[in-house]
Amino acid sequence: MKKVLLDAGGGGRASQRLVADIFLSRFGNDILAGLDDAALLTDVSAPISVSADSFVVTPLFFPGGSIGSLAVNGTVNDIAMLGARPLYLTCAFILEEGLPLETLERVADDMGEACEKAGVKIVAGDTKVAPAGACDKMFITTSGIGEVYAPHPPSGHNAKPDDVIILSGSVGDHAMAVMAARDDLDFLSNIKSDCAPLAAMIESVENAAGPAHVFRDPTRGGLATTLNEIAEQSAVGVVIDEDKIPVKPEVVDGCSFLGLDPLYLANEGKCVCVLPEARAEAALTAMRASPYGKEAAVIGRISSSRPGKVIMNTGIGGQRILGMLEGAQLPRIC
Amino acid sequence: MTSSLNEIQSVLRDPRFCRSLLDRLEKTLDGKPFRFMEVCGTHTAAIFQSGLRSLLPKNVAHLSGPGCPVCVTHETELGVALAAAEKPGILIATYGDLLRVPGPAGRSLASARADGARVEIVYSPLDAVNLAANNPDTEIIFLGVGFETTAPGSAAAIKTARVRNLGNFSLLSFHKLVPPALRLLAAENKETVNAFLLPGHVAAITGLAPFEFLAEEFNQPAAVGGFEPADILLALVALAEQSASGSPSVVNRYERAVKNDGNPRARSVCDEVFVPANANWRGLGLIPCGGLILSPAYENFDAAKKHDLSFNSVQTPNGCRCGAILQGKLAPPQCPLFGKACTPASPVGPCMVSTEGSCAAYFKYGDYLA
Repeated sequence: MKKVLLDAGGGGRASQRLVADIFLSRFGNDILAGLDDAALLTDVSAPISVSADSFVVTPLFFPGGSIGSLAVNGTVNDIAMLGARPLYLTCAFILEEGLPLETLERVADDMGEACEKAGVKIVAGDTKVAPAGACDKMFITTSGIGEVYAPHPPSGHNAKPDDVIILSGSVGDHAMAVMAARDDLDFLSNIKSDCAPLAAMIESVENAAGPAHVFRDPTRGGLATTLNEIAEQSAVGVVIDEDKIPVKPEVVDGCSFLGLDPLYLANEGKCVCVLPEARAEAALTAMRASPYGKEAAVIGRISSSRPGKVIMNTGIGGQRILGMLEGAQLPRIC
Repeated sequence: MTSSLNEIQSVLRDPRFCRSLLDRLEKTLDGKPFRFMEVCGTHTAAIFQSGLRSLLPKNVAHLSGPGCPVCVTHETELGVALAAAEKPGILIATYGDLLRVPGPAGRSLASARADGARVEIVYSPLDAVNLAANNPDTEIIFLGVGFETTAPGSAAAIKTARVRNLGNFSLLSFHKLVPPALRLLAAENKETVNAFLLPGHVAAITGLAPFEFLAEEFNQPAAVGGFEPADILLALVALAEQSASGSPSVVNRYERAVKNDGNPRARSVCDEVFVPANANWRGLGLIPCGGLILSPAYENFDAAKKHDLSFNSVQTPNGCRCGAILQGKLAPPQCPLFGKACTPASPVGPCMVSTEGSCAAYFKYGDYLA
């Protein structure tokens, strides 16, 4: 089995071969093929949305995705949340010495496929190799830019009282799929990550329903954390209905087994949209027309009372505060 | 099977059914103050998470007792675990929620791990046994934490390690027994507690017999309850009815999971591997026969003996009132440290650490209480 050697990060021939054999053949394009110190972009006009994200997921492959598809979609989605069309990504790899080349090839395959689906090009990159033990197999950092098409770019600061909150689909799938793969939890093996590019869906919502006040993707910290951020940034109250939040039954079961709360689990293919009620139907219809928004639903609304807080009406008719996630969620004893 | 379980679940979460039980509870109590204590972290979490707490009648007070196994793990026990973690060649296998619990000098397994100690989260004691099998050159120490519910798993792990001849596996038993702690609480809190909601998971192992003394000796109503909102309400109604009729008893309202005689097989595994011993409970102090240690036949799996670890006494952090909170004598916000020096981000006392700890629950949900 061929493996990544320290040589491959040295900048010499070995580095060139790695780039040509593995990367250019899988996600190469006219700009990346130039192999200059930086990429020259001539067709981008302001305003521009910029974002960066690092990926360290274990295991590298999980049902529904891999560190490769995640590295592309994660940055694509962050750019998209600003009402922008993602165009170009950069990609920096830190590889652990001894990583099987075949693993890197599979990751690069996934990145190529994800770029194709999302309509973006990787135009610059870097590869370093860390001595065995100094990094966990592979870390990827991507950054990207997109052209902002929205006349009033959505932002976490723009939620207004009486706006409704739309969620594009079920929560917790990604985190539960990764956890199940990481710890060989066989009984959860049918859960798939929701890792997906959302830019096209968001643009279709913006076109159909007019400018949304907020678009956010509830990644780490989950839906509860994203809603708390919106409540704090916009200085508004958020009220949601537990019954209206889509959660897959197997995710509910997994959470109940592990002592986790699906509202705090990471998602990689979902978005929260906040906009005036009068435009909610149009937004829902547009979202549900996308393969990534079939289960879109109105889950609550923005209120002027209790600014900064998220209140959930529970299924049995009670209420509770939905706080911010403190540290990482830890599986509990019993 | 799955669909029928889902059907049961949807009935037990039905808002109209819950409302009818709440009405019955209110009617039975007839305005009298009613302070019930639960002693199970899962009950604590369920009562807050479902929003049940916001629906309870105004005269009902919910007290969260020493039901979070992580919370009652004593500072000295954590001190031993930390000392073990610092020894070369040792890997500590633990349930996840023990990771952030502060031990002596505010150190935790999480901070030990950041300092280079080898600490791994496992979901089952058998995972720890497999770690031992897969890493023959490493000493694996499993931290046996929890009540009667998790002790059989630890016992089974020990027996498995013996059968598989794994000389590199051992256990630090911090296991605790619930009935002796309840005896202490019942004796000391006649004024503050009117009834006990008994832990469903523990009773699934022990059965009802070890709890009979509550009614017989202390005249306290007691009911085993499940964890869906209606499960809890059914148990509360039973407690209120006993209270109103003045004839306390110990009843089972979680019959789909708890047999009145519990799980004899799990108990026999435990009885073979463990013997009851005095144990230090964080916040409550030394409880006679309040814990489990390895029986003489399995002493060679005792990590403390094997690795020469000693239990040094540790001072409780200044001002921490977790003890009074665990006994229902204080509500978390009444502790001078609550929300100030002690928060989930930097917990001082054990009740703030686990999501099932009463202080953490108050901190998280506290400013929207009925």
